[in-house]
Amino acid sequence: MKLERGGPWIETGGPEGDVVVSSRARLARNLVGFPFVNQASGDQCREILRLVRTLDLSDHSMQWLDVMDLDDADRQLLVERHLVSRNFIDADTPRGLFIGDGERLSMMVNEEDHLRMQVLLPGCELREAWRRASDIDRKLEQNVELAVHPRWGYVTACPTNVGTAIRFSVMTHLPALRMTNEIERLRRAANALDLAVRGFYGEGSESTGDFYQVSNQITLGVSDADLLERFIETIVPRIVEYERMARRMMLDRSRMQLEDRVHRSLGLLRSARLLGVEEAMKHLSRIRLGVSMGLLEELKLSTVQRLFLDVQPGHLRMNNPDLSSPSTMVNPGQTGEEEIRLRRAEIVRNALSS
Amino acid sequence: MNPKCDRCDRPAEVHEIDVKKGVQIHLCRECAIEAGFQLPDSPPVTKVLSDLASMQVQIATGSGQRASSCSSCGTTFGRFRKTGLLGCPQCYETFAKQLEPVIARSQNGAGTHVGRRPDRDADRADHQALRRSILDEIERAVASEQYERAAKLRDRLQSIAEGPAS
Repeated sequence: MKLERGGPWIETGGPEGDVVVSSRARLARNLVGFPFVNQASGDQCREILRLVRTLDLSDHSMQWLDVMDLDDADRQLLVERHLVSRNFIDADTPRGLFIGDGERLSMMVNEEDHLRMQVLLPGCELREAWRRASDIDRKLEQNVELAVHPRWGYVTACPTNVGTAIRFSVMTHLPALRMTNEIERLRRAANALDLAVRGFYGEGSESTGDFYQVSNQITLGVSDADLLERFIETIVPRIVEYERMARRMMLDRSRMQLEDRVHRSLGLLRSARLLGVEEAMKHLSRIRLGVSMGLLEELKLSTVQRLFLDVQPGHLRMNNPDLSSPSTMVNPGQTGEEEIRLRRAEIVRNALSS
Repeated sequence: MNPKCDRCDRPAEVHEIDVKKGVQIHLCRECAIEAGFQLPDSPPVTKVLSDLASMQVQIATGSGQRASSCSSCGTTFGRFRKTGLLGCPQCYETFAKQLEPVIARSQNGAGTHVGRRPDRDADRADHQALRRSILDEIERAVASEQYERAAKLRDRLQSIAEGPAS
């Protein structure tokens, strides 16, 4: 399988890129004439694949991946890139994946719903993400018949997604709110606005690296356009302002402590010989904060952003194909796990070396 | 690095914040399932949803008006209660009465879709059927090594959506 070096995740410089890492618009759609995936037979799932994989959905080149043919390493990569869900990759129903436009566009076929597509863009670009997702939705509906209920709108296997069946989300980096113990207030406010706050890898994942994914919980009774405006006009600017305020406050009131933390993290990552993924994410987060605030001028944001991906287990293996072979271990007495931590430390040290 | 489970000594895999009490919760997989958390590889249903659904069934008992299984896919409401998933679009009609409060609760009281719908001016059902029959023809053409014919059919497939509606 061929994936680009990091897709939209490693691009920086998008709008509000100091706080908003990426923006995503996701749509769930089902075809008329078939049961939902959980009740569909193998033949019905294959028929859906056949109908969909021949669609010309985008002006950009689309790559079709037969998920059943991928090995474990490739599957792990897709999850780490946020291109597929863990459920999708581990299921045994016939299923496939479209990837296009430098990983900005992806569509899972036969996940919980027949079609789950997403447009993922760096920075705060929800409007553009939605425009592109809408384009594909229109192309879809010209080719296949989408299941719609007169009252509940687009129907989905899980009734909590009916209506627009849209999820907008922004992946935000909120280290200052975390350090100043303000995350709790943000969560409460988000809850009151019917927003879900999740970690870097979605449901159940703790917010490693101080990344928080904020998305709408309500899909019924509010139009896609109104929801989009709510995100763009109110939700995202408030979160961004809240985080920036916390950053300014730390700079004004405790600059030395902040600089100390940032530089300690840099020192640790430049010296460590063995690194776990969570430890790496924790210190990379502080370095990202330092770079965003101009406290570490020798480093580029893109270098740090790429490392968040490169320290993940699947990416480590992709960039070090010899890792799984015991004969190449530096010290044959080491366990596989230790070898991975050693390589992770090496990659981080090299990328951050002055 | 990882905190241990609050209830036993296994490593915690689920981390949540209890907003009301303002405390962090760390649970291992087993204890989390027991506490009703939805895990990434468990059936995608929130405990709230399944609780609500079972409430509805209790209320519905004896009314005699509600369907017990979908005539289109065979899904029962009991199965939905367990998995949180409906079996087909028809289930929304079959279980409309039972689903109404479930949907309203999960959608903050909303009961009617607003906004975008597929453009129904052109008959998409025909497009879908046409696609299927052309795909069948392509497969037959390839099987009998009529590659030119297959290529023409492919062009036709691409042009379906480029009719007057696009």
